[in-house]
Formats: sequence, C-alpha cells, structure tokens
Amino acid sequence: MHSIPGRRLIMGLFLVFLLLPIYWLVNMSFKTNSEIVSTMTLWPHTPTLQHYKRIFTDESWYSGYINSLEYVVLNTIISIAVALPAAYAFSRYRFLGDKHLFFWLLSNRMAPAAVYALPFFNLYSAIGLFDTPWAVALAHCIFNVPLAVWILEGFVSGVPREIDETAFLDGYSFPRFFIKILVPLIASGIGVAAFFCFMFSWVELLLARTLTSVSAKPIAAIMTRTVSAAGMDWGLLAAAGVLTIIPGALVIWFVRNYIARGFALGRV
Amino acid sequence: MDKTVNQKAWFLVLPVFLVVAFSAVLPLMTVVNYSMQDTFGNNQFFWNGVGWFKELLDPSTDLGGRFLASLGRNLFFSLVILAIEVPLGIVVALSMPREGWTVAACLVILALPLLIPWNVVGTIWQIFGRPDIGLLGYVLNAAGFDYNYVSNDIDAWVTVIVMDVWHWTSLVALLCYAGLKSIPEAYYQAAQIDGASRWAVFKAIQLPKMNRVLLIAVLLRFMDSFMIYTEPFVVTGGGPGNSTTFVSIELVKIALGQFDLGKAAALSLVYNLIILIVCWIFYTVMTNAGVERKVQASSEPAVEPKPSVGLKPVPALKPKEGVA
Repeated sequence: MHSIPGRRLIMGLFLVFLLLPIYWLVNMSFKTNSEIVSTMTLWPHTPTLQHYKRIFTDESWYSGYINSLEYVVLNTIISIAVALPAAYAFSRYRFLGDKHLFFWLLSNRMAPAAVYALPFFNLYSAIGLFDTPWAVALAHCIFNVPLAVWILEGFVSGVPREIDETAFLDGYSFPRFFIKILVPLIASGIGVAAFFCFMFSWVELLLARTLTSVSAKPIAAIMTRTVSAAGMDWGLLAAAGVLTIIPGALVIWFVRNYIARGFALGRV
Repeated sequence: MDKTVNQKAWFLVLPVFLVVAFSAVLPLMTVVNYSMQDTFGNNQFFWNGVGWFKELLDPSTDLGGRFLASLGRNLFFSLVILAIEVPLGIVVALSMPREGWTVAACLVILALPLLIPWNVVGTIWQIFGRPDIGLLGYVLNAAGFDYNYVSNDIDAWVTVIVMDVWHWTSLVALLCYAGLKSIPEAYYQAAQIDGASRWAVFKAIQLPKMNRVLLIAVLLRFMDSFMIYTEPFVVTGGGPGNSTTFVSIELVKIALGQFDLGKAAALSLVYNLIILIVCWIFYTVMTNAGVERKVQASSEPAVEPKPSVGLKPVPALKPKEGVA
C-alpha cells in the first residue's frame, strides 16, 4: 500500500542517474591527462595518484582546503551561538513583532547572494576584514543564522515546558538552566543544525570568492585556476572536485534521519 | 501551543537580530544609496534619481532589455525545473524501500548531490557532458546526436536543466519521504478495508499528507532556482551568447564585471523585491494552510469529502498541525 509498482526499478534507475556523473569524476581523477584526452575509458587503464599527490604537496592547493574549513567552522560556531537563545525565545514566548521577525529571517535565507556580493565587498573592505576568513564567515551568516534558528526552534519545541518550570523551581538561574539542562537535551538538534550550517557554508562559492583575494581564498575558487595556457588540467580538476565531496559524504551518515528536516528549514 | 507573552524574550533574540541586521540591512542600505546614483571612474558619483529604475523596466534600453530577457529566461527555467522535479521527487519518494539497510543507503545516496559545492556540481557536469572527454557527450555523439553544450543553445539549456534535476530532485524526494513517513499505519489499514485503489490511496491519504512539505519544497526550489548562479556559470558561462544568462549572472556581470554600481544596485533592489513578494505569498499560504486544517480537523465528519476511503474511523489520529 505504501509504495508504487515497479518501485525497485524506478529507485534503481534514479540512483544510477545520481551516481553516474560522480563516478565519472572519480574515474577521471585517477587517470593521467594523456589518457583523459586521448581515449574514452570506463576505468583508469594506467591508474595514477599524481593529481592527489600534487594537491597534498602544493601549498597553494591544500591551503585552499584549510581556508575553506576555517571560515566554515567559524560560521558554524557563530550561527549556532546566536541562534540557540533565539530559538528558545521563538519556541517559548510570544513577544512584540515575533511573527514579523520570523518572516524577516526566512526572507534573508531566500535573498540572492548575487545581490549582496558587491555591498559585502564594500562593507568588509571598509572595516578591514576583506580577505580574512571572518568576512566570509560573517557573510554566510545571512542564510545560515535563519536556517539554524528554524531548525533549532523545532527541536526546542520538542522539549516539554514542564522541564523548564521544574528547573526554575529548583532554583536554576536562566543561563545555568540553558547550559546545564536545555543544551544537553537538544544536543542532537544542535548537531543537525551545525551540520546544515557547515554544509551550506561549504557549498556556497559566490560570496566566498568575492570576499577573498589571496590569503583566504577558498578551495572552490582555487579550482578555477586549472585553466592555463597549456590547456585544462582535467585530472587535477577532477581530483580537487572529489576531495570537496568527501567532507559532506563522511558526515552525512550521522544525520541521515534528519536530512529532510534540515533541508525543510526545520519545518517537517 | 499556548505561548506566554514575555517581552524580555527580545533579549534572547537580540544577537540574531544584530548579526542578521549587520549582514543584511547594512549592505542593503548601500544598495539603495547606489541605486540613485551614477558613477564615472573612481568614486565620482552623480545623482540619478529613479533613472535606473525607469531604464530597468523599459525593454527598449540596453539595461532594461538585458534585465527583462534574463528575468524571462530565469522564470522559464524555474517553471521547467519545478515541472520536472516535483513529480519526479514524489515518484522517487513513493519508491523508497520500506525497511532494512537499503533505506539508509538510499537516503545517503539521495543526499549526496545536495552536499557537493555548487561549482563542483558545475564541474562534474562540465566534464560529464563534454563531447571529447565526457561520458554523456561521448555516448550521445556516438549514438548520432550532434550534442555540444558549448555551441548549441538548446543543448546548453538541456544540460543546465538536467544538471539542476540531478542536483535538487533529491531535496523534493527527501521532503516528500518525510511527509509520507508521518502517515499512521491505521490510515492504510482503513483504506485497505474499504478496498481503495492505489490511486485513491495516493489522492486521499498520501497527497494531502504531503501538502505541507510539498509547499516547502516548491518554495525552496523556486527560490533557489530563481537565484541560481554558480552551476550554469561554471558549465556554460551564461552562453552560448546570452542564452543561459540568468538574472544573477547578469547582475554579477554588471556589478563586478563592469563595476556599474548604479545599474547593478537598481537591478538588485527590483530582484530582491520580487523575491520578497513571492516569499511573502508562500509564507501566508503556509500559515493559512495550517490554520485551515485545524478548523477542518475539528469539524471532521461534516467536511470529510471521501467517506469511501474510510478516513472516518480514525479522526482522533489526525496529528496536530504545527503553525508553519
């Protein structure tokens, strides 16, 4: 009753459709450039690790991963830290303008990054943060803070209000209640929100590229360098691409049951 | 849920308010400022009033022509990918295995494209579709199609659309799957007793249950496709010609390419306004849908449209609706 006829076939075909391009990327990252250009091979006939070796030994390459991780982690910490109290407030209290504020947050999640690229560039240049991880971390707050608030609000609402009341009767101060009782109770929710902040900051390129030039350049921007006078270094490009998929693929297992919730802004 | 009124809650919201205001309101003010001015060379600004906005909405000018053309292309793109991704997502969600390790495996593989950086998505499709080194391009050309997304408009469009379907259908599928999972087993049992057909079960039980998540899915997909930039930019660079230049690509071209601040700012404001309006419509519909169904649930037997499917025996099971 739950599912439709031929579901195995449909699912199978769809998964193949999803995996085929990724397989081609991985396949290409293990080929030599001459093999890529000269023949069409379904698996590497002369497998090589030269592209990966180059990325891990060339500082201008691997520093890109470090830069990206730096601003992504910063952004995740900022987003969760400011979103936690707000999520509690939205979940427990009614206050002046709460609904408008909630909608305003949503509308910021939807704002096109292209609109903000130029003003951010001016703003962060003016306050001297341009080309630092802080600039990108703060810029990404525009869509990650609303997301974190929305996800965490759902989890806080799942905690019975009696727990708050009992804690306050027992003489807990608000900060102590928050850290000692509430945070452990919604630990899984914080994990999910952190994962989604991490992810959306990791996949965004336009703002990250606009706000950095040399010292904080993200890996995604460095990848465009593979176009050179000697033609495209396809193997290197593919290897760099594979390495950007790995962080997401590693942590996805832990949040597999919450994926829909996170993508739905906590509204499922 | 009965929430208590407490204005002190503003102190808890204050950090969020400050952070988002700093990164949203402040930059937007500079945009408003620029949109009224023209700039020549280095930091010389001239008052231009609403001139840019007039030009923007007039297709006979260069700026207006470019804006309206890219807006049209973008709307068409959004409609096409919605028309493909929503039904496909529902079908995939209905095809999910019921239990066992395959559920987790399917979920993880489905989510995989969503976690890939957007420019890498572009890169993947670039090297997958190229006729010389890509599997897809090679196979298509070997099969006799003259496929080349670099030089042919239609091929470029097909590539960009298939790429978006590849990238985002999983989102719709995952949301629908979450909606389907919230249906109590008793609904299906009741339907079985009544001898409801597969189609009736879908129409009377599964689709209504997916309403809310589908609304969110449509909202997210419309918004994200309406501001799409990175993926088509990497694959086609907006070309061939201007055929895949969407609004964001046009905007970045004007703002960061030509450094035409006034025009870019005016375009940004109009663009943002469209997004805000659509967002508000969805938000209102979402909130109203929640309220409406609360009312419906309380007067259950009177408004139940399809008694034959047998939802009647289980009105108590109607789960409470959260406010959207």
